[in-house]
Amino acid sequence: MIWFLARRVALLIPTLIGVAMVTFFLIRVMPGDPVEAKLRMDGAVVSQEVIEAERKRLGLDKPLTGQFVDYMAGLARLDLGNSLWTGQPVTREIAIRFPVSLQVAIMATLIAILISVPLGMLSAVYRDTWIDYAVRILAVSGLAIPSFWLGMLMILGLLSVFNWLPKIGYVSIFEDPVANLSALIWPALSVGYRYAAVATRMMRSALLEVLREDYIRTARAKGLFQKLVVRRHALRNALLPVVTVIGLEFAFLIGGLVVTEQVFNLNGIGKLFVDATTRGDFNLIQGLVLLIAVTFILVNLVVDLLYGLLDPRIRVS
Amino acid sequence: MAEVSIPPGGSGTIADALPKRPNPAWTFIRTQPLGFAGLFVIMIYVVAALGSAWIAPYDPEAIDFTAMLGAPSAEHLFGTDQYGRDVFSRIVYGARTALAVGILSSLIGCTIGSLIGAASGFWGGRIDTIIQRFVDVMLSFPIIVLAMVVIAVLGKRPLFGVDMNLVAAISLPIIPKMARISRSSTLSIVQMPFIDAARAAGYSDARIILRHIAPNIVAPYLIMATAFIAQAILLEASLSFLGLGVTEPTPAWGLMLSGTSADFYKSAPWMILFPGLAITLAVFAFNLFGDSLRDWLDPKMRG
Repeated sequence: MIWFLARRVALLIPTLIGVAMVTFFLIRVMPGDPVEAKLRMDGAVVSQEVIEAERKRLGLDKPLTGQFVDYMAGLARLDLGNSLWTGQPVTREIAIRFPVSLQVAIMATLIAILISVPLGMLSAVYRDTWIDYAVRILAVSGLAIPSFWLGMLMILGLLSVFNWLPKIGYVSIFEDPVANLSALIWPALSVGYRYAAVATRMMRSALLEVLREDYIRTARAKGLFQKLVVRRHALRNALLPVVTVIGLEFAFLIGGLVVTEQVFNLNGIGKLFVDATTRGDFNLIQGLVLLIAVTFILVNLVVDLLYGLLDPRIRVS
Repeated sequence: MAEVSIPPGGSGTIADALPKRPNPAWTFIRTQPLGFAGLFVIMIYVVAALGSAWIAPYDPEAIDFTAMLGAPSAEHLFGTDQYGRDVFSRIVYGARTALAVGILSSLIGCTIGSLIGAASGFWGGRIDTIIQRFVDVMLSFPIIVLAMVVIAVLGKRPLFGVDMNLVAAISLPIIPKMARISRSSTLSIVQMPFIDAARAAGYSDARIILRHIAPNIVAPYLIMATAFIAQAILLEASLSFLGLGVTEPTPAWGLMLSGTSADFYKSAPWMILFPGLAITLAVFAFNLFGDSLRDWLDPKMRG
C-alpha cells in the first residue's frame, strides 16, 4: 500500500508542473492584454502611455521567460504575488475564503453520496418499475437544472413557505454549528443535486452490470436473500465506477459552486474568482486557477487511493 | 427463399417489389421517441430564435415604468421585470442569444478539438504524448474556470450582436474534451486498410486526416456537438448570470436572473421562474436529443 501511495504521489509532480505552466501561459499568451482589457473595460478611453506605465508597474514589460522564472521561483516558496486590487498577498486573500467553499464542497459531496448510492441501488434492483422511472427522471432533470437557479428556487421556497432566510455572513462551524449548517446546507444541496444525479446514473448502470455477473447468479443459486446479494456481493464492486465519477465530476462541483456562491452571498473562492475576473486582477486569477486545478488533482488522487482500498487487485498490479 | 412477386401490369420493376429501405427520419422517430420529443422542443426554440421579431409581443428592450413588476396577465404572459420590460418577449429573444452562442461555441470547440484529436491519433509517437499530456492538464480545470480566464484576458468583442470573445471563452474548454474523444475514434480508424491504401497512394498527411479520417469520425462529432450545445447554453447562462457574459440590455436568460432580480424573490417570482425554466428546458431537450442520437448513430458508444 505504501508503494502504491508513493508511486501515485510521484506521478502527480509532472501534472502539477504542467498545471502551473498552463496557468501562467494561458493568461499571457492569449491574444489580448489583461492590462488593456482591465483599463479599457466598459469602453473607457485610455492612452497607450498609461497602459505602458501600468504594464511596467506590474512587471509585465519583462521578457516572458524572465516572468516565468520569477513566477516558478515564487511558486516554490508558495508565494503567488499580491492582488492587483487590494495589494494583499494572493495566498492570504485565498486563505480567508477557502474554508467556506471547502465546507460547502464537502457537504455537497456527502449529500451526493448519501442520495446517489441508495437511489441508484433502488433504481437498479427495481429496474423498469415506477421506482426506476422516478429515479431516472430525478437524475435526468438534475443534469439540466442549473445549480444557481436551483439555489434561487430554494430561496424562493424558503421565503414563501417559511418566510425565513438563512442569515447572511459566515459563522465557523466550530463557533456555532447550528447557524453554520442552517446557512450552508442550501448551497450544498443546490450544487450537490447535479453531482448526485450524475452519480445516481452511474450507480444504476454499474449495479445492473454487476448483477449480471456469474458470481451473483451463484450467490442467488445457493439461496441467498436478494438483499444480501445486493449488499454484500454486488454493491462493493458497483461502487468503483461511482467513486471514479465522483472524482471526475468534482470539477463540475467547483464550477457550480463558483456561480452558486453568488446566489447565497457566500464570501468564498467562487465570489473571489468572479470579483477577480471583473476587475482583471490576473495575479489573483492565476492563484485561484492554480488552487482549483490542484484541488481537483488531489481529489482524484484520493479517488485513486480509494480504488486501491475498494479493490485489492488494483493495489497489486 | 422468399419469392418476389412482380406486380401485374408489367410496369413495375423488381425494386418496387423489394422491401423498401425505411426512411431514416422515420426510424429515428419510431425507435427514439424521447429523442424526437427533445428535437421537437429544440425546434420550438429555433423557431423562437429565428422569428423572435414576429413572436414576441413587445420590444424586449422597451422600458415601461407604468408596468413595473407586473404579475403574469393576458397582456404580459410571463409578467414584467423591474423596468417594465415584458419577460416573455425577453425570453423569446433570449433564445436567439442562447442558441447563437451555444451552437457557435459548440461547433467551433468540437471542430478544433476533433482535428487536434485526429492529428494526435494519426501521428502517434511523441506528438501524441505531448498533446495528450497537455489535454490531461487542460481537463483538470473546471470548464467555467477556463472560460472566466479567457473573459478576463480578452474582454468583450461584439460581432453581429454576438460577443465573439464569449464564444471563444466557451469553446476553449470544449476543445480538450473533444480531442480526447476524437483521438480514441481515430486510433481505431488508423488501423484500417484504406488508410494504408491512402498512404501508399502518396497522399499528404493533411489530406488523409481531412479526407479519410474526418468523415469517419462524423458520428461521434455530431453526438458530442449536440451534447456540448447543452453545456454551452448552461455555461453562457452561468457566465451571464455572473455578469461576465452577455451584457445589458441584450436579452439573455442568465442575465435575466442576475443582479437586481434577487431583491424581487417575494414581489416578482415570475422573474426568477420563467428564465430558469427556459434554460432548464433547453438543456434538457439538447441532452435528450443528444442521448438518442448516440443510441441511434452509434450503439457501441452506449455507456
